[in-house]
Amino acid sequence: MLKSVRDGFGEGLIEAGKRDENVVVLTADLGESTRAEGFREKFPERFFEVGVAEQSLVTVAAGMALAGKIPFTTSYAVFSPGRTFEQIKVTAALNDVPVKIVGAHAGFGAAPYGATHQSLEDIALMRVIPNMVVVAPADFEEAIKATKAVAANGKPTYLRLARQDSEVFTKPDDKFEIGKINVLSYGEKPQVAIIGCGPILAEALKAAKNLKAKEIDVMVVNSHTVKPIDEEGIVKAAKLCGAVVTCEEHQIAGGLGSAVSEVLSRKFPVPIEFIGVKDSFGESARNWEELWQKHGLMAKDIEGAVQKAIIRKND
Amino acid sequence: MEMGTNMTKPSVNELSEIAKKVRVDIVKMIFEAGSGHPGGSLSAVELLVALYYGQLRKEDKFFLSNGHICPAWFSVLAEKGLIEKELLSTYAKLGSPLQGHPERKFLSLVENTSGPLGLGLAQAAGYATASRLDKKDLRVYCMVSDAEHNEGNTWEAISFANKYKLSNLTLIVDRNGIQIEGTTEEIMPLGSLASKYQSFGWEVIEIDGHNFDEIFKAFEDAKSFKDNPCVIIAATTFGKGVSYMEGNPSWHAKAPNKEEFEKAMEELKNA
Repeated sequence: MLKSVRDGFGEGLIEAGKRDENVVVLTADLGESTRAEGFREKFPERFFEVGVAEQSLVTVAAGMALAGKIPFTTSYAVFSPGRTFEQIKVTAALNDVPVKIVGAHAGFGAAPYGATHQSLEDIALMRVIPNMVVVAPADFEEAIKATKAVAANGKPTYLRLARQDSEVFTKPDDKFEIGKINVLSYGEKPQVAIIGCGPILAEALKAAKNLKAKEIDVMVVNSHTVKPIDEEGIVKAAKLCGAVVTCEEHQIAGGLGSAVSEVLSRKFPVPIEFIGVKDSFGESARNWEELWQKHGLMAKDIEGAVQKAIIRKND
Repeated sequence: MEMGTNMTKPSVNELSEIAKKVRVDIVKMIFEAGSGHPGGSLSAVELLVALYYGQLRKEDKFFLSNGHICPAWFSVLAEKGLIEKELLSTYAKLGSPLQGHPERKFLSLVENTSGPLGLGLAQAAGYATASRLDKKDLRVYCMVSDAEHNEGNTWEAISFANKYKLSNLTLIVDRNGIQIEGTTEEIMPLGSLASKYQSFGWEVIEIDGHNFDEIFKAFEDAKSFKDNPCVIIAATTFGKGVSYMEGNPSWHAKAPNKEEFEKAMEELKNA
């Protein structure tokens, strides 16, 4: 079944709004495509349209948070956090108030629009700011849970949303806890741990299946929280497998792969291969899949990285 | 915390004496720290003294957007007894609650961490919006510098406050006409801020920002508008009270040397 992460966000947002009347939502003229629209219909008095003004989007929200609100700011990731780094650092994170930065169309989702509308740097931007929490849900179901958890975590938080419809591989009753990995699949004698975040995990699961047919067992780990990263869970996976492949729809520099490698190089060094965008911009394409193919984010690319990691491990 | 109100407002003479002490404190703090922004601190003194000695009720909130003038604000807080006077000499030193730019986690009286220009008004507007949603009877005061109107974020917030008709917000512009590298009109002409605000839907009051009677009248008038946010554009003198700093942009962010410090002290104490 195909459904989008952003639609999950829209549903989670309404639930969060029902659960806590301090939840308010702001948008910079992108309520419909970020899926904040449903909240506007349900709670019009708690919805604020700031116009195409992302700096104000974040700073007005920070003022609301100082007054006790839990504001979700909605725009495209290229604009916020893309344009709003300083506003987020100073008014959300340094103030340490629970402003939620919702970055929609993250990754290649806005494919035809070209590089200006494709956000491949947002995780890196957000995870270097002290106090920030960074969450990148993998599918529709997880986005519902992540949105509710983010509403309740009391911290400035970046919530990364993919635009495209994608495989729903998590279940409504799967546990979701910010800062804790979920193991998605687990072979009998896993030789490599594939650790990823976002919809690319569907490709990782495909890769695991294909590798299984070649008698290579792997485990697939969903690290939906990039910060604070689950050090214990990642070290455990590395110890069990002895090699790691990270995957993300984001620049390799500064993203989840970097976060994983920062943990493992300190605590349990193993060979790591990285699936992600290699220091390049996107471009226009008919859909996200063409760009995933071009940038090497498909199951076959992950399989290749797994085989490389095994060779390095056994070297 | 007692913020000043319901108490009898001091006379203009008493307020002028307080302002004098605040100016001495400002120059001392910046001299001792070897760092700080004297020009804008000295221009904002009467506005801040009036706010804290006769205007802010304890439920009201004050957002300082041009955080670099915090020596003036910290000094008013100390005169008012809201922070220890001894703290002033720790300004901008390691571990001090009085950071070089005000920070919430170091001092709980700070509503908004500030320093980077253009961020304060939007936060004040957000606070005013949330307060109205919660039906709270409070007024949000915000001070911005004139040069902050170079920042797009400021204009975004001005639009927002108009759209949401934030009549519970009073903005004070310290119109001292100077920024880091020159006059505001040289660097990026602001022209008539009053007509700009009017065209953005705001109520506008223009005053002499060193005249206590005008300041208090403006604060009262600002409260009378029920449909729109109100801005008080206060004409002030950059570096007010220290002859060699007045109107001279090189004193935007510079600490006086010993000789300059002594000259400033002499002028301020004999004023």
